[in-house]
Amino acid sequence: MARERRYIGKRIKRKEDPRLITGKGLYVDDIHLPGMVYAAFLRPPYAHARIKSIDTSKAEKIPGVIGVFTGEYFKDKVAPLTTAWALTNADLKPVKWPVVAYDKVRFTGDIVAVVVAEDPYTAYDALEAIEVEYEPLPVVVDVEEAVKPGAPQLHDEAPGNIAFKWTFRGGRDFDEVAKEADIIVKKRFINQRLIPSAMETRAAVASYNPATGELTVWVTSQNPHVHRLIMASVLGIPEHKLRVIAPDVGGGFGSKIPVYPGEVIVARLAMDLGRPVKWVETRRENFLGTIHGRDHVDYVEVAAKKNGEVLGVRVRTLANLGAYISTAAPGVPTILFGLMLSGPYKIKSVDVEVKGVLTNTTPVDAYRGAGRPEATYILERMMDIVARRLGMDPADVRRVNLIEKAPYTAVTGLTYDSGRYLEVFEKALKIAEYYKWREVQSEERRKGRLIGIGISSYIEMCGLAPSRIARATGFGLGLWESVLVRVHPTGKVSVYTGSHPHGQGEETSFAQIVAEELGIPIEDVEIVHGDTAQTPFGMGTYGSRTTPVGGAAVYRAVAKIKEKARKIAAALLEAREEDIEFSEGKFYVKGHPEKSVTFQDVALAAYTADKLPPDVEPGLEAIAFYDPENFTFPYGTHIAVVEVDPETFKVKILRYVAVDDAGVIINPLLAEGQVHGGVVQGIAQALYEYAVYDENGNLLTAGFNDYMIPTALDVPNIESYFEETPAPHNPLGAKGIGETGTIAATPAVVNAVLDALAHLGIEHIDMPLTPYRIWKALKEAGLLEKLKAGGE
Amino acid sequence: MYPASFKVFVPKSLDEALELLAKYGEEAKVLAGGHSLIPLMRLRLVKPKYVIYIGKIPGLSYIREEGGVIRIGAMTTHNEIEESQLLKEKNPLLSETASHIGDLQVRNMGTIGGSLAHADPAADYPAALTALEADVVLKSAKGERVLKVSDFIQGPYLTDLRPDELLVEVRVPVLSGAFGTSYKKLYFRAGDFAIVGVAALVELSPEGSFKRVRVALTGVGEKPVRARGVEEELEGKEASEEAIAKAAERAKEGLNPPSDIRASSEYRREMSVVLTRRALIEALRRARERLKSQ
Repeated sequence: MARERRYIGKRIKRKEDPRLITGKGLYVDDIHLPGMVYAAFLRPPYAHARIKSIDTSKAEKIPGVIGVFTGEYFKDKVAPLTTAWALTNADLKPVKWPVVAYDKVRFTGDIVAVVVAEDPYTAYDALEAIEVEYEPLPVVVDVEEAVKPGAPQLHDEAPGNIAFKWTFRGGRDFDEVAKEADIIVKKRFINQRLIPSAMETRAAVASYNPATGELTVWVTSQNPHVHRLIMASVLGIPEHKLRVIAPDVGGGFGSKIPVYPGEVIVARLAMDLGRPVKWVETRRENFLGTIHGRDHVDYVEVAAKKNGEVLGVRVRTLANLGAYISTAAPGVPTILFGLMLSGPYKIKSVDVEVKGVLTNTTPVDAYRGAGRPEATYILERMMDIVARRLGMDPADVRRVNLIEKAPYTAVTGLTYDSGRYLEVFEKALKIAEYYKWREVQSEERRKGRLIGIGISSYIEMCGLAPSRIARATGFGLGLWESVLVRVHPTGKVSVYTGSHPHGQGEETSFAQIVAEELGIPIEDVEIVHGDTAQTPFGMGTYGSRTTPVGGAAVYRAVAKIKEKARKIAAALLEAREEDIEFSEGKFYVKGHPEKSVTFQDVALAAYTADKLPPDVEPGLEAIAFYDPENFTFPYGTHIAVVEVDPETFKVKILRYVAVDDAGVIINPLLAEGQVHGGVVQGIAQALYEYAVYDENGNLLTAGFNDYMIPTALDVPNIESYFEETPAPHNPLGAKGIGETGTIAATPAVVNAVLDALAHLGIEHIDMPLTPYRIWKALKEAGLLEKLKAGGE
Repeated sequence: MYPASFKVFVPKSLDEALELLAKYGEEAKVLAGGHSLIPLMRLRLVKPKYVIYIGKIPGLSYIREEGGVIRIGAMTTHNEIEESQLLKEKNPLLSETASHIGDLQVRNMGTIGGSLAHADPAADYPAALTALEADVVLKSAKGERVLKVSDFIQGPYLTDLRPDELLVEVRVPVLSGAFGTSYKKLYFRAGDFAIVGVAALVELSPEGSFKRVRVALTGVGEKPVRARGVEEELEGKEASEEAIAKAAERAKEGLNPPSDIRASSEYRREMSVVLTRRALIEALRRARERLKSQ
């Protein structure tokens, strides 16, 4: 189409912003129902203990307490939670997560008892009056300890604490390529545990109508239909009698994908008590009870030739799953990790073995990037280490290895759809003034300043994704997306999407797609999401899938609308359908632009229905289910320039350049927002955040005092650039952009910091690179004195 | 997070507040800006039976010069201290220190009296107030006590404040002569408590030697620490950055800083030296500027 686009590609301000930033959003905590009561959960003081007895009598006597419910109450009424990603060929163990513990507690976020009271204050008072007798059991928090013989056992179903063992081999045999290599680099990397920390904690309100048998649950969820499906099964009620509403959701980052005990408990209690029940997680509970992310120990071997060519990668990973197997947990350190271990490089052999390990810690599941940041970190660290060992510039090592053109079938079997990997890499170097910084680095080093430059080239599989692949990996559902586009008689449009944006801005970007294609003002389009009673069954928002999958569904449905509207327009204009052209919201007869009807005229005619062609039904709406034929593969190069204080070892990021190619960008303003947020979370892992447990399984970082999410003052200006190579298989040409920043930024920053220190002779320090941890690593390596002496 | 039940009093005068403290002090907590107390109550780590809110008492928020000292009312916010022209001119150490506390939202609510009474061992003010040899004024229905800040703070979250007393005022000296000050704070994340904080005051003689040096550290012990070794080493000597570098090594003398998940005791000790040097060098530069302009 030669005509100028009016909406797609434009920096349109978010339609949802005025509502959200003036405090007029509607979150679960804003739901108030007549007769509503409040639930509070008692969590154990031990990470592993047998429950010997629970005395609730004192709590029950507190005025305002409606009831106290223990595991015995729920045991036979509610099925335990199990994972929905039943990883195939991995000997996945059937670990069960009772919504309220009845025999044992396995982490400090387990729930031991539930108080329901007339108000939350009374409920929390009553928690303190419950007396529980525990028999403490030995605790294991570390994956390497947990797999040792004689380690404390969490579940009878999973001997040795191994929940699954997944192996994957792609391309040539690693040992074989290793024979052709000049160097083999072996490293042990820790990808530390992170806590997603969405701004809105989790919450649920449940209301039961005994007359109709309908249960309505408001819950903070990234995937309300998935919540409904799983909750209906766990609660044992018919799916059509359960309505799940996820209203405005204040961020998720993956932590609101899983189904948790909390929402199931309030749902069951609402049915039993005949009153609506609300639970809003406290921030401390969010730290303890809502999933964490990452947490790998990776043993990595890389085989490379002396020209820098990386031939093969072998990885042995212990992935900490925490105390139970969360909804999507098995797929994260396997499919989403192992299959990304050749990155944007022409690597010939990938050999991965991952053990999913159970420990007395909070369950680990998908956190922004989910597996792909862990894989990218390994590759990008190794590219730098290979460069160092070979005396090469890290940029040159990447040049040797980057894929020249797409489509490209990687040794993992994935077909990278489109991309100009080397070109984008060179562009990033140019924008960031890479070689100028190299000069600055060596000049300033002489003056005692420590400057480092870090590169991170990534590719990721996202837009999760084709159902046939999802199912082949054991994922419980297909991974298509749905939409219902309804044109009202006035020509206004409601879009009921199965996606569930919770901060990403698709109330705007989806409206842009509709407004563009129908030639109507964006104000005439409303995006409706989050309510299973309104929207068709859909998969939700995660895995950078909303625009490439949900948006593509919107495009397809709108195409159906246009097709029908054209037929109606032909009838109205008394012309043949093939002579009807559509432009700028008007249908006209080819060559006779004066003979036209507007889209709104057609919409009205669809409902008045007296002038419809004989084969056309009244009404104007269309549904589309879009199942992509492939993942989308955004890629790019990020470059960080840092300065490390040579005495305190505090890191300052001097420059941060992101060049990303996520195909066609629907709204650059929103895409930049995704890059900014993602990069900040990536920097957070590199420099700030880590969840720390003591040996007894107590989370020492159970609040924002101790768990350091960086603030606006800690992060640099982020320079974001886009290249647009359309995804050939996607109707919009779009790829996902939601996770690229998180994937790319962590290794870019870590590489930069270690580049600043490399001349001292230190090759690696595990994250986060806090001032203390850098100091400690240098001290232990005996390098502090060397640094004081001038570093040479 | 829901606190345990408590009763709130909102006295409208100082006398009323002191009466309430005399009656309920043992079981009461005084609420000022609330930035320390409320989080602790919400976590139920503190469960006072009574909360006495002093924000409605007139005349507890002021910064004024009187009798050669600057008097600061207990309800004065960090932001008011940071922005005070009087302090910027006559005791810039305190306003600079206030600018390092938390973030703007915290500084708009938090008060100097609340911060001192809470006595967090890594709080910023205690370093500056110790270096300044400042006083606090404590009032009760029975009378008034004036204590040195260094005596008032006894340990982590521990002060000499009696249950019936209210911290009403902080007094800092009017600085004069060729003085220079600096507060250096090492933090890992903006807005956090200090890993190590160092407050320095340097006064030069007309000839340019160290007439008076005061250095105090926070975050490195149970209470703020005066680096007396550093002070002794420098006082009377010709002022130079080299002399400072050498003297700063003595900042770690006798220090036994805490270890926690963020940093070890040894790191904090080493950083005490680095920050002491940096604070003194900056204070010296500022003192020299003042000497030049006088």
